[in-house]
Amino acid sequence: MGRTLVSAIIAAHSSQKAMEGEICQVKVDFAFANDITGAPAAESFREMGADRVFDRERCALLPDHFTPNKDIASAEQTKKGKEFAREQGMLYWEVGRVGIEHAFLPEKGYILPGDIVLGADSHTCTGGALGALSTGVGSTDLAAVWALGETWLKVPPTVRVDFRGKRPGWVTGKDMILSLIGRISVQGARYMALEFGGEGIENLPMDDRFTIANMAVEAGAKTGVFVPDEKTLEYARSRAAREFTPRYPDSDAPYARREIFDLDGMGPVAAMPHSPDNVKPVRECGSPEIDQVFIGACTNGRFRDIETAAKLMEGKKVAPNVRCIVIPASYEVYNAAMDKGYLRIFTEAGAAVCTPTCGPCLGGHMGILAAGERCVSTSNRNFVGRMGSPKSELILASPLTAAASAVTGRLTDPRDVMPEEFFRNLEGN
Amino acid sequence: MTKAFSGKAWKYGDHIDTDVIIPARYLVSSDETVLGKYCMEDIDKDFVRNMSKGDMIVAGDNFGCGSSREHAPLAIKGAGCSCVIAASFARIFYRNSINVGLPIFECPEAAASIETGDEVAVDPIAGTIENRTKGMTFRVAPFAPFLQELISAGGLIPYARRRLEERRKGA
Repeated sequence: MGRTLVSAIIAAHSSQKAMEGEICQVKVDFAFANDITGAPAAESFREMGADRVFDRERCALLPDHFTPNKDIASAEQTKKGKEFAREQGMLYWEVGRVGIEHAFLPEKGYILPGDIVLGADSHTCTGGALGALSTGVGSTDLAAVWALGETWLKVPPTVRVDFRGKRPGWVTGKDMILSLIGRISVQGARYMALEFGGEGIENLPMDDRFTIANMAVEAGAKTGVFVPDEKTLEYARSRAAREFTPRYPDSDAPYARREIFDLDGMGPVAAMPHSPDNVKPVRECGSPEIDQVFIGACTNGRFRDIETAAKLMEGKKVAPNVRCIVIPASYEVYNAAMDKGYLRIFTEAGAAVCTPTCGPCLGGHMGILAAGERCVSTSNRNFVGRMGSPKSELILASPLTAAASAVTGRLTDPRDVMPEEFFRNLEGN
Repeated sequence: MTKAFSGKAWKYGDHIDTDVIIPARYLVSSDETVLGKYCMEDIDKDFVRNMSKGDMIVAGDNFGCGSSREHAPLAIKGAGCSCVIAASFARIFYRNSINVGLPIFECPEAAASIETGDEVAVDPIAGTIENRTKGMTFRVAPFAPFLQELISAGGLIPYARRRLEERRKGA
């Protein structure tokens, strides 16, 4: 019997057979925490009696959640993490040089095809876009990885997801993953892995693949992996911080289930309050009025996200009643968007452009919602209170839908503000 | 997690996410007594005021979904809950609970039977959950052998400490 991609990666990192359901001890290629999870991880690390992280080039701490520090308590917490990172001599980047961990680490070549990566953040699954088994854990688990260089993983059953057909220009990675979660629910892949493939993703840009992998956890999955192809390898080779060995599923791999999507007929979708699986076509959501639009987060703060939103907003204005907040996920994205004039498009339109941070996505800062306010957001979770008041509402959508909504002041299908030609001409389509 | 215990149940639905267990605005501390003061605030703002030490949270499927914040099981412990019983748990919450020593029991039958206010007794060694109010007893499937080893070592911190000591001796 063949192996799924995740099983092949676990087998390559373990002395065990890595059969489905088996708990395996695995070597870890890279392990990281952020400003919220880093300080408690450092504390657990010391309680374990550990002196040194297993490899200073493979352990990192990235201040990205409440940074630039939003208040005294977050400043103290960030400082604790930074002091630990400096004491250990491990990887650490300051504000101004870091980005949202799940955008920054792949950009810098620290997450690579075939890797096992553990991060003390649930959206660590984003690295699956590169064909890595990248998964989130809590601070104590992460501390044990820093100390030992290994962890335990149960070999999960895999749900194979195939996208067929030709993707229309208005369909982004966000619409694809929301369509999947809407179909299988927020626990449709609980304790399983998702494996993405099919001819419909052959031309899908890496940035859209990161968006899809990012939300695997919203279906309950351990990770969401893409089978590496030329696009993956080109991205990884040009950035790799070390050597890597891509892994592949066998043609007779046993899948627990298959989900098939035809892209031809797909349209923009949104996840309505208060669950990522409450997914409907945007045109069937009743065009609710909105108070805020947020374009950014580890889900949709990459270059293509910023680019498509900017192109839609070019020459238009943000609706008078709406705050539009744009946060590129890293400085690489920020600088590229600046060079292309996209940041200027946003500010001319009346949007706020902020420094890379997770910021409002988790209700941290830079765009918190009041009771009764409603936001269209490109982030990944719309749980009660996620972006502020437990009486606020969040609608999850693609950067194109978010930008169209910012312009009209209501949740809007981008096809209702732009001609078909616009979508055909978007780069990557 | 050896001795039997009992308490009153507080029942919640499916997909209770870590954002409502402990909202991100409180993630500037990882002290369980501080976090415990805000436990469940965004889904049941009176939970901490109404509950008593030793009470338990009972929920449906996918308890603890969402963020990887270990602050969630810490907040539940800090509030004084004895355990969480659910039909199923999200995977990161499951690992975190074992790591920080919050007893959790996956038992769909018990989770379906128990309602808020029921008196519930749990015997971890016998692997039973008894709904004393309704006079029903349920069996809990045991943890996988490796997880039993982790739990009996006292959690991940003592386990990792032991592994490090073994390596030092071996070197």
